[in-house]
Amino acid sequence: MSKPKVAFYWCASCGGCEETVVDLAEDILGVVEKVDIVLWPVAMDFKYKDVEAMPDKSILATLLNGAIRSTEQEEMARLLRRKSQYMIAYGACAHLGGIPGLANQFTREHILKFNYEDGPSMANDKKTRPQLVTEDNGRTPRLPALTNVVRSLDQVVEVDYYVPGCPPTPKITRAAVTALLENRLPPKGSVIAPDIALCDECPRKATKPANISFREFKRPHQALMDPQKCFLAQGVVCMGPSTRSGCEAACISGGMPCTGCFGPTSRVRDQGLKIMSSLCSNIEPKDEQGISAVIQGIPDPIGTFYRYGLAKSLLRRKVNLPTD
Amino acid sequence: MSDSTNKTPDGNWTPRIVAFFCNWCTYTAADLAGVSRMKYASNIRVIRLMCSGRVDPQFVVDAFAKGADGVLIGGCHPNDCHYVEGNYKCLRRYQMLKRMIADMGIEPDRLRLEWISAAEGEKVRRVVNEMVETVKQLGPLGIPAKFEQWDKEMNALAEHVAASQGAGAPGSSGQNKPQTAQTAHV
Repeated sequence: MSKPKVAFYWCASCGGCEETVVDLAEDILGVVEKVDIVLWPVAMDFKYKDVEAMPDKSILATLLNGAIRSTEQEEMARLLRRKSQYMIAYGACAHLGGIPGLANQFTREHILKFNYEDGPSMANDKKTRPQLVTEDNGRTPRLPALTNVVRSLDQVVEVDYYVPGCPPTPKITRAAVTALLENRLPPKGSVIAPDIALCDECPRKATKPANISFREFKRPHQALMDPQKCFLAQGVVCMGPSTRSGCEAACISGGMPCTGCFGPTSRVRDQGLKIMSSLCSNIEPKDEQGISAVIQGIPDPIGTFYRYGLAKSLLRRKVNLPTD
Repeated sequence: MSDSTNKTPDGNWTPRIVAFFCNWCTYTAADLAGVSRMKYASNIRVIRLMCSGRVDPQFVVDAFAKGADGVLIGGCHPNDCHYVEGNYKCLRRYQMLKRMIADMGIEPDRLRLEWISAAEGEKVRRVVNEMVETVKQLGPLGIPAKFEQWDKEMNALAEHVAASQGAGAPGSSGQNKPQTAQTAHV
């Protein structure tokens, strides 16, 4: 019997998710033994046309990381969806839009202008920008177009499972791959991580006060932190209470608060609004000025609460931006 | 709120405002306004909650996302909350939510919080009328239409991809693919 086929693909991502696959270390050998990798642009040489030539649904699963923000990424997502039995959104960007999703606060023109003209490290006197179509010695090379809106994978194609995290940990990656190969898959649409908040597995859980009361919000660099004590008890924004567990509190063990990369639990629709609701209701002052002073401690609420989740939030994008 | 038309019989746009009123004060005040036969603008759709502290920011933003032009929250005056602290929790969330919706491109005046006691039927009338006036000035918010507008780029490409993939799946190479008819990034 032939081995099940697996594809890895990347879209708008940093490459960290690919790194996690490699971080499986020796375990990856076990995986490679059991599957045929048919596409993995970061590590192996396959052409898109090899995938196009395959019969539909002939790939068991595609693990796709990265958000969708160009025509090429969208096309590949659709192609791989057609060729795969299971489409797995791998990592925070495919799951929630991730860091690239923060671009939904700006127009495409703004982003291109900054990156090709105004950026402080930019030397581009002619203000050259990538062209979709150019003429070059009789050839007409084409580039993919950037979309106006950054999207999570499930806003483009149907997704069967989500492997959360920025990046997903080797442990949950292994759990997902094992579930897939042993055909012990949870219900369709599941996020393959525990459906409970991160606080549940946090090593500082015991120090989380029953009643939290914020007199001020501090950013981690603004104070010397007690390495044993709950971040919330120290006035630091920690996304733990509104974030799914499964990372084994990796950031907190490294001395940094949770920034929410595993996304919300299944009971929460909008992770950013939920953590805002939780944190702000526990502010100590009861009067407008007092409250206002405390919330000034969070200078960028969108970037803080929607670090990974803006594209999948209720509003998805800054609503008064044009599309061009 | 699923119907997209929001017009008066003469065809003019009129705002649609979702109001979250607490059971113990503002909802009772709205009731009082009603039995006192006070008239206020018919643009609000009142949702009764047990407490203004029950107003999850997700409710407010979901209302906007589903087509509300404004959201009004009514709760008990400070020190009057039936659950002691609920209205303070509401106020704290409200202040941050105002900032967040502004950052997301929604005029903060589309969201208003008022403390209205059970005896203040008259205040319900005034606040509702003021709110309707404010939102009329701001004009339609129209987020569902924006979602549709945003997703046009998806549908356009979806059609193109379907056409090019349907044309000759095995033989067609990837190189002459993304022939989107869009202009260059100029």
